[in-house]
Amino acid sequence: MTLKDWFIKRPKYSSTGLESSHLRVPDGLMTKCPGCEDVIYNKELEKNHKVCPKCSHHFRLSARERLDITIDAGSFEEYDSDMSSANPLDFPEYESKLAKSMSKTGQTDAVITGQATVAGYKTVIAVTDFAFMGGSMGSVVGEKIVTAMERAIELRLPVLVISASGGGARMQEGILSLMQMAKTSAAAARLREAGLPYIVVLTDPTMGGVAASFASLGDVIMAEPGALIGFAGPRVIEQTIRQKLPEGFQRAEFQLEHGFVDIIVMRKDIVATISTLYSFYLD
Amino acid sequence: MVGLIEIEKPVKELEGKIAELKNLAETQNIDLSEQIGNLEERAEKLKRRIYRNLTPWQKTQMARHPLRPYTLDYANALFDEYIELHGDRHYGDDKSIVGGFAKLDGKPVLFIGHQKGRNTMENIERNFGCAHPEGYRKAMRLMEQAERFKRPILTFIDTQGAFCGIEAEERGQSEAIASSLRFMSQLKTPVVAVIIGEGGSGGAIGLGVANRILMLENSVYSVISPEGCAAILWKDAGRAQEAADILRLTAVDLKKFGIIDEIIPEPVGGAHNDCEKTISAVKRAVKRHLGELSAMTSEELVSDRYDKFRRMGVLGE
Repeated sequence: MTLKDWFIKRPKYSSTGLESSHLRVPDGLMTKCPGCEDVIYNKELEKNHKVCPKCSHHFRLSARERLDITIDAGSFEEYDSDMSSANPLDFPEYESKLAKSMSKTGQTDAVITGQATVAGYKTVIAVTDFAFMGGSMGSVVGEKIVTAMERAIELRLPVLVISASGGGARMQEGILSLMQMAKTSAAAARLREAGLPYIVVLTDPTMGGVAASFASLGDVIMAEPGALIGFAGPRVIEQTIRQKLPEGFQRAEFQLEHGFVDIIVMRKDIVATISTLYSFYLD
Repeated sequence: MVGLIEIEKPVKELEGKIAELKNLAETQNIDLSEQIGNLEERAEKLKRRIYRNLTPWQKTQMARHPLRPYTLDYANALFDEYIELHGDRHYGDDKSIVGGFAKLDGKPVLFIGHQKGRNTMENIERNFGCAHPEGYRKAMRLMEQAERFKRPILTFIDTQGAFCGIEAEERGQSEAIASSLRFMSQLKTPVVAVIIGEGGSGGAIGLGVANRILMLENSVYSVISPEGCAAILWKDAGRAQEAADILRLTAVDLKKFGIIDEIIPEPVGGAHNDCEKTISAVKRAVKRHLGELSAMTSEELVSDRYDKFRRMGVLGE
């Protein structure tokens, strides 16, 4: 080590990196907030539903965590919990990616569906999980969303979708993934025809084939502050147009301003907002 | 030569030689008929060998061939009449999606398709066939009319994908495609889609929710381009050839997966080698499917389309 090295400015605390801290709050004692760069006790963060108490940065939640803070305790009845993906294209390393996601999340694929009560309202619910291959939609996600919507029609229940699907249509299932966009949108059309409310909550991130199908078709579309929402990923756009994107591009606030989101809601207020909306539709 | 792609080169070389010999025979007045005959036979054999065994990547190149018939080439040749209509009534007119009323052997249909450009000027005008949200909104506006006046809808798919740009996002590319998918799924009129070249992801399926989906032999349909897939898998878009093999994007693959209903064969050497023959093959197939669908009630058409997409997908054991 030379003398000069002693004077290099180092970060006070080691950062977990923007990406990984977005994905999951590590098991350590503290987490650095990518929003305000402050360090938060994990206990405090957990208590606050993984929202930074200082700057309100919304950390990503797993589908289970999301369910837990959304539904009335003990009310969940899961649909198709054992449905899992095949590898119809023999796509290289798809099986190992699936296996990794399964052990990481404890889920069989990127969506959990079922019925529950939310603020006392009986509803069908679907939550996608970014930690499972980016929350991307292949045959299983498409099938589970459609089945959930069809059950809602059968049972005359509203549908609540909470999306964290930055991965869009899942590349590893090729054309079959693409077709899930049509399949889920067709089911959303039936839901609408049946006169049942459909509420979507967009969380960070929701992009591509999921944004361009069922996630954009809610009667009401809510978004968490700062969530990245769009069709093409920022990197793809930058490569296409060969210029830097403006600050805040494709964030929830941008979508609100352009008319594609009804309302931005803080995580702590989501259930109350759903309750207000359901009371308007259903009471 | 304009638009010549790699696979075509050996054939074109041989054909060039034949032309030279013919020219020589004529101007010098020598009999070369035997040599010419031999070469012609060789060229024919070579063509068959090459075009019968195209790899997925070669098919991708054929699908993108700049001389391949485009949507408006079909419009001009397929119909007795075609009147193009413009604009989404909200923002503007997207020239990468064209549409209008047409008469197919006297029968009115609504025709809609992606339109690419054949040269730089045209491509600037057509945005390389990559539509903005207003393209899909125009399509929906026209489809709503077709439904109201009980006219069948014919969509031609030929795009790399929906446009990825700032304005496309500002105007809601996701919402436009999602709405188009939902809207098409409910149409109470027959819908036939033909993939004539490139079926690129969301931009393609945005016009693709049909009762019958047909595909030209050398067209491709995929969730992502081979280049995009290679860039994600190996951080190297140059390995597109390998990615094309993996993606199962050819007509034969899609037929196996139950995504498409029929493969329309192309002349030897591809659609552009004999546009007239290609267009009449497309016409025959389209008319046959429209004929079959015309026997169905509007309720049957809607549930037929729903069930068709409902079945798509492969689940694990």
